[in-house]
Amino acid sequence: MVETALFIVLAVVTVITAILVIVQRNPVASAIYLIITLFSLAGIYLLLNAPFIAVIQVLVYAGAIMVLFLFVIMLLNLEKEKRLITRHRRQKVLGVFLGIILLVLIGMIFNSVLLEGSKGKFPPEKVAALGNTEVVARLLFTDYLLPFEITSVLLLVAIIGAIVLAKRQI
Amino acid sequence: MISLSSYLILSAILFTVGVLGFMLRRNIIVIFMSIELMLNAANLAFVAFSRYLNSMDGQIFVFFVMSVAAAEAAVGLAIIMAVYRTKATVNADELNIMKW
Repeated sequence: MVETALFIVLAVVTVITAILVIVQRNPVASAIYLIITLFSLAGIYLLLNAPFIAVIQVLVYAGAIMVLFLFVIMLLNLEKEKRLITRHRRQKVLGVFLGIILLVLIGMIFNSVLLEGSKGKFPPEKVAALGNTEVVARLLFTDYLLPFEITSVLLLVAIIGAIVLAKRQI
Repeated sequence: MISLSSYLILSAILFTVGVLGFMLRRNIIVIFMSIELMLNAANLAFVAFSRYLNSMDGQIFVFFVMSVAAAEAAVGLAIIMAVYRTKATVNADELNIMKW
């Protein structure tokens, strides 16, 4: 009962703030609403028995990535962009129309595909006994070792790329 | 017990909001935030499936999606900075120099 109530509250907060992200004129307000969205998603991950992912969501998304966004917004002078009025009225109507079609299509997939599969090796009781973080870590360093190492290379490439792009002169 | 489909419906709504933001907004930074929304919708579907199919692989995938999102945000925002330095705008309509 409590779980359902929590889910409904978090889902409503997530959807409303997500919509506010895309309708706000001021990008700083958009960023703040996006942070609230990410926090409530972290709460939903907790409901789904994924505390490790929830913590990573707060640390990486709401922490690192959104701070980066806010920094860039502050570095750019966006006063004149705020008053920007789009001239493409038809694009707006068409966009909303296509968005609704997309939502209906995704819903149809959920209805047609059977959402059952062969169960995996980690029922909630076992994960609770071992500890969520331990299970994730064990999988990361055994079955998914190669992707994990490639991720570190990817992050290195991203660091170098960001520095090269942000430099005025190389 | 909340059913799997309620999580998936929430994920679908979030994804659609992200797509709408991507299509309707002209500010590149907000377009970028819409991409983050879409990635989060995918993450939510991954975690929900991982919970209901008793498998941890979904959570590992979310871990990788997040690291890719972090790399993408760093490089993308650096590109936005570089574009702003040369064109002094973040309006996607005015960035048409590479348009055919």
